[in-house]
Amino acid sequence: MAGAAEQAEAVLRVEDLHVSFPTEDGRVRAVRGLTLGLRPGEALGIVGESGSGKSVASLAVMGLLPRGAQVTGSARVVGREVLHLPDEELSRVRGERIAMVFQDPLTSLNPVYTVGRQIAEAVRAHRAVSEREALARAVELLAEVGIPQPRERVRSYPHELSGGMRQRVVIAIAMANEPDVIIADEPTTALDVTVQAQVLEALEAARRRTGAALVLITHDLGVVAGHVDRVAVMYAGRLVEQGPVEEVFERPRMPYTLGLLGSQPRLDQGRSLRLAPISGAPPTLLAPPPGCPFAPRCPMAEARCTAEEPPLREVSGGHLAACHFAERLEGRTPQEVFARAREPGERAPAPSPAAGAALLRAEGLVKHFPVRSKGVVRRRIGDVHAVCGVSLELREHETLALVGESGCGKSTTARLLLRLLAPDAGRVEFEGADIAALPRAELRRLRQDMQIVFQDPFASLDPRMTVSEIVAEPLRIHGLYRGHGGAADVERLLSTVGLGPEHGARYPHEFSGGQRQRIGIARALALRPRTLILDEPVSALDVSIQAGIINLLEDLQEEFGLAYLFVSHDLSVVRHIADRVAVMYLGKVVETGAADRVFASAAHPYTQTLVSAIPLPDPRKERRRQRILVQGDVPSPSAPPSGCRFRTRCPKFADELSERERARCVEEEPPLKARVPGGHLTACHYAQERSLV
Amino acid sequence: MSERVTDTGDGNGADGATGGTMGGAAPAPRGQLRTIAMRFARHRPAVASLAVLAALAAFAFAGPLLWQWDHTVSSDIPSSAEPSAAHPLGTTSAGNDVLGQLMRGMQQTLKVAFTVTVLATVLGSVWGAVAGYFRGWVDAVMMRLVDVLLIVPLLVVVAAVGGNVRGGTTWYGVALVIAAFSWTPISRVVRGVVLSLREQEFVEAARAAGASHARIILRHLLPNAAGPIIVAATLLIAVAILVEAAMSFLGFGIQAPDISLGLMVQHAKTAAFTRPWLFYPPGLTIVLIALVINFIGDGLRDALDPRQAMVRG
Repeated sequence: MAGAAEQAEAVLRVEDLHVSFPTEDGRVRAVRGLTLGLRPGEALGIVGESGSGKSVASLAVMGLLPRGAQVTGSARVVGREVLHLPDEELSRVRGERIAMVFQDPLTSLNPVYTVGRQIAEAVRAHRAVSEREALARAVELLAEVGIPQPRERVRSYPHELSGGMRQRVVIAIAMANEPDVIIADEPTTALDVTVQAQVLEALEAARRRTGAALVLITHDLGVVAGHVDRVAVMYAGRLVEQGPVEEVFERPRMPYTLGLLGSQPRLDQGRSLRLAPISGAPPTLLAPPPGCPFAPRCPMAEARCTAEEPPLREVSGGHLAACHFAERLEGRTPQEVFARAREPGERAPAPSPAAGAALLRAEGLVKHFPVRSKGVVRRRIGDVHAVCGVSLELREHETLALVGESGCGKSTTARLLLRLLAPDAGRVEFEGADIAALPRAELRRLRQDMQIVFQDPFASLDPRMTVSEIVAEPLRIHGLYRGHGGAADVERLLSTVGLGPEHGARYPHEFSGGQRQRIGIARALALRPRTLILDEPVSALDVSIQAGIINLLEDLQEEFGLAYLFVSHDLSVVRHIADRVAVMYLGKVVETGAADRVFASAAHPYTQTLVSAIPLPDPRKERRRQRILVQGDVPSPSAPPSGCRFRTRCPKFADELSERERARCVEEEPPLKARVPGGHLTACHYAQERSLV
Repeated sequence: MSERVTDTGDGNGADGATGGTMGGAAPAPRGQLRTIAMRFARHRPAVASLAVLAALAAFAFAGPLLWQWDHTVSSDIPSSAEPSAAHPLGTTSAGNDVLGQLMRGMQQTLKVAFTVTVLATVLGSVWGAVAGYFRGWVDAVMMRLVDVLLIVPLLVVVAAVGGNVRGGTTWYGVALVIAAFSWTPISRVVRGVVLSLREQEFVEAARAAGASHARIILRHLLPNAAGPIIVAATLLIAVAILVEAAMSFLGFGIQAPDISLGLMVQHAKTAAFTRPWLFYPPGLTIVLIALVINFIGDGLRDALDPRQAMVRG
């Protein structure tokens, strides 16, 4: 472990921290014996899936846990013990010595005060300065975190700022008193990737400026790879691996870490390599089994693993791992360790996308949502231009991915295709028949061929129905329940998605997120559709669970010859699963083509910024990559810019184009057409291929 | 965040490529009803109230079978007698046994209250669910009607209607009249719940599967609104008892020779000081019933609120 000299200079030293909560079912032991040290100016990443205890540990250090929590152990900030400190004294440490950035910038700012006042308040809490001086400092801080026009922005209220700006304000508050430690708990999870890149940049700037040490808590291996010096992996409330970031990513010595890396789809890997998911789910923290908490999911587990909990021990210089057999992982890939016999590591090559006939075709889809005034009359005062002329074609047995950031209209497009929403203009054809013109009864029959899997596995299953009822519902609606074999068919569907017949009698709340998503998939398959619309099907799941669902979707596609429309904001997942991809920005498709081509040589500046903003879970590559940072945030879809919609944020428009070239971007909307060799379509007047992965 | 922790505990079983292997010891599946019952059992006043209500109902419905006097006038009963062994709650000036009257009165009162509750809950739930589900002009028209009913004082309308309709003074007549004017608060509660429920993905999933509007409302929306509906219904029981008592007190409800708790209080209003045995038994019974039902409502609300699964400090 860390030497005595190191201990003396640590700005944050956590020793044998235990946190538990009493619940109805018993005592949940959220953190068990966490020991960590943080040197001045160092950046430490804490990685773990939901329920691993990473957030609870940070809240314990900040003294922000709910009343019922029981905390033991020690946490010293610059030598001072902070656990069990009275609230008043703790307040002096918080902000002054240690500051926190939370996940949701909307709830961590007070909506009734201007951001300037909130920053000034943080300044004045620890320093005797006048209101005026504090406000001046607020302006400085806003400029430092990269908010344009800070003088005007100090007078803004939180709701007037976008998510990315708000998070930067939160960072400004955190750095207001130049703390020694900044703890950032999933600071970018609620944000889009291009904004995530900006916020991480602001965090980096804050660190450089104040010299603070950073604890970056995240589930995203890519974010960790690019932004920290050391990484600590948590599992089931314990620290299971810790070391320099390159060392841990390249030579993981704990099977869990290896499994996480193997289940993470990567932007620099095509679809040929099958993901290696970790089977099972994290153990309940109610009564952790004796032995290694990972043993039930570990393919290498032996008798010793279930009998004796492995201590965290040094496996090489500064690299700690909690595994009895850490040395056996030497030089092994996740595929070797985690892939089972019936799952070959290599996938069959994807069928040629051009081969299939068009199944679903959309032409010029338009959907505007009215914005109405408040009050009794509710006049229409504007429109949100959600989808503005989208044309798509989904062929048999292929996966078309619709990607873009929040608010780009991708989910609305998916709902228009399904006729869950009626388009304002445009046609949707399924096998040549215009579904907008279909009478209700025909539309119901069509629903058998097109089904949808939703994003949120917690909201998409009726909590009052048993799993069997949920899966059988589409069959009952269409009067096919008996015809398809009744209960036996439901059991077959459950086993298709990897659930057992015994799961049928239970209620959704008894299942984990991944299992619920499997139930949702079984329901979508019940009518034996030919097309599945997958609306962010894995974005609510942890990485190790997500990989299992992706593999399942790939297997189902092969088995039933399904066509997928895969709606997602996660380009890494899309890169892994899609044959073709369509990139959307503000209601329009800006680039489309074969996934390999679009990712390898993006030609539209927006696609380029997206690709370059996706972090790679590879510290060396990640640090060497060229970044294209965009300016500002997505403009409001109720007043999209004239001409090219991306021009307000376009780095090319801002830095490379001449005055005359820019005029064309402002005046003329670039149509989607083939502009670069290689065959994909791009909507940019000045398209130019770039390789950014 | 602590919710997250609890969640992990719930998520027994396994996930992964095979998904079949169970991770760790899987706790036995716990039905929602049992969970609710467990939470309700923790609410002591509610459990005690439930026992009291059961005892009161047994007294009202089984009591008359055992007690020799009913609520009617009998020549064998002395007039205006103080409580005694023969007449534990005394007698009226006309010659009724007050204990017999109390049992019959409670019977009528409880029958009215539960009928009102069932009718008003069904009507109010469906009305509110339809309005909330369809939104737009359907919602506007339906809820304006509710607003109109809400601004008319219940007691005035009930009194006006009850006294002028044939059969308006029998217990079911009274129940129908009260129900017709007391379903509106429930419809507003249900509409509010449905407005948020209809945005949930499971409703969209049902639509995507081709479900009809009726199926979505009956199979998905109403069962999920059960919590607020049950709570509103318990509170309505108390309201119905008080309205019935008030109506009978004013002379528009159940009429002599039949009797209800409200009517008993009305008859005894001048005797509160001179012959307290006529006034206090029915008066206190009304208070007691209303009180226990409110406690039960409290307990149900807590038991049905999913946030109650949170950490208890």
